[in-house]
Amino acid sequence: MDVLKDIAEQVQLGDDERVHALTAQAIEQGMHPTAILNDGLVAGMNVVGKLFKDHEIFLPDVLMAAKAMHAGLDQLKPLFAKEGIPTRGTIVIGTVKGDLHDLGKNLVGIMLKGAGFEVIDLGKDVAPETFVETAVKANARIIGMSALLTTTMPAMKAVIDLLRQGNHQARIKTMIGGAPITKAYADQIGADAYAFDAAKSVDCANALLGG
Amino acid sequence: MKPILERLRSGDILVADGAMGTMLFQRGLQPGQCPESFNLAQPAMLEEIASLYLQAGADIVQTNTFGGSPVKLAGFGLAAQAERINRSAVACVRSAVGERAYVSGSCGPSGEMLKPYGSVDEETLSRSFREQLSALIDAGVDLVCVETMTDLREASLAIQAAKSISPSTPVMATMTFDRIPRGYYTIMGVGIDKAVEGLTGAGADIIGSNCGHGVDNMIEIARQIRMLSDKPIAIQSNAGPPVQQGERVVYPESPAYFGDRTAELIAAGASIIGGCCGTTPEHIRAIRRSVDAGSRPRA
Repeated sequence: MDVLKDIAEQVQLGDDERVHALTAQAIEQGMHPTAILNDGLVAGMNVVGKLFKDHEIFLPDVLMAAKAMHAGLDQLKPLFAKEGIPTRGTIVIGTVKGDLHDLGKNLVGIMLKGAGFEVIDLGKDVAPETFVETAVKANARIIGMSALLTTTMPAMKAVIDLLRQGNHQARIKTMIGGAPITKAYADQIGADAYAFDAAKSVDCANALLGG
Repeated sequence: MKPILERLRSGDILVADGAMGTMLFQRGLQPGQCPESFNLAQPAMLEEIASLYLQAGADIVQTNTFGGSPVKLAGFGLAAQAERINRSAVACVRSAVGERAYVSGSCGPSGEMLKPYGSVDEETLSRSFREQLSALIDAGVDLVCVETMTDLREASLAIQAAKSISPSTPVMATMTFDRIPRGYYTIMGVGIDKAVEGLTGAGADIIGSNCGHGVDNMIEIARQIRMLSDKPIAIQSNAGPPVQQGERVVYPESPAYFGDRTAELIAAGASIIGGCCGTTPEHIRAIRRSVDAGSRPRA
């Protein structure tokens, strides 16, 4: 149990080398990959997410923690695949067509991965068709869209419309966020959830998937 | 024209221009398109925008080169055009304002994060800024404006690049602060004290803040900078955080609001006042009126 606590602590400190070594040690000791993920990496990342949300720490700390988390996650992934352990579900994320701002979206990706979701990050300037096709192909449960420009916000509605046309809206939920986005706008275009910030996106995803 | 630093030293309050992006979008820039590509494709449009800000009363008119560093332009496959893009931008503004306003060469963030947080190293960023700033300075800007910075290391690299190319070209450097419970910090965690120390240490002649969260926060930011520094302070606020109005998203702070707050900004210590995202020539006109109304009668 102690090694998991250490992993969580080293994730918070952003020490990727320590997290790598400790994760290897936990695997060696025969710990279950899910326990290493949830009680080690995710536990550490949750603290980081909360501290960032409360403005106790800044972006550099989050980025270093994310790097450390990945140092552990990369070792767990093959084990999950080998043992056929299901993840929390797949989420496709991206910044919408015409928008090249990806800082917020990257943070969302970090937080979602940290919470145990499988994340497919399509990057920036993502066409509506790409969002939908990728989500359908990957059997994703959620599409997460980000926009920083008032001029690119309408591209979110295009994705939601495409989902409806393809009759996917019951299976694939949508959540949106970004500086100009509001709850009112999410409601107006028929998005399933509005995430105020990266930390909130995890709550949103959990709520959308029922737990 | 008297050199800008001389005017500031003599106590003059100078008006800077407003948003560039907002004007370009109104004139057909498509989301996802490179704004700086217009410097080559639509020089007449850039001249028109500079003229509008000059007519509105701006003493300082900025070039359309916020994203004009090769590292940033690389995202559009335009890195090799960097020199032409920056030179053309200066020519457009100079042709519109002549010697009636100072031409300020805008230099924004690279869009990449420095190691270890991101993938770019200091040498690469430094080279990129040098390339952009060499073109701007050689094309004849009156000052350089390093703006919207959140990382002090990146801001310092840009300031140092400008000073190494031309020690005599004034450098204005502004950072973007968020208001959090314990004060004003950039998203990278730079507080006002560190910003003042770092920007000044790197060689900036004028320091301050741009973009941000509306004019009222800027008044407080200017006050805090003034407590720590004697340097001229530049404030270029956005027109407040954007809000939803029906189908449209608008910036809430009106030209009249900007005009009303100008006296307070000056009292707080700002001596260059302009606008950022969402501000228009009307905002600049309102600032101009307030500055003129408040200025001491000239001997």
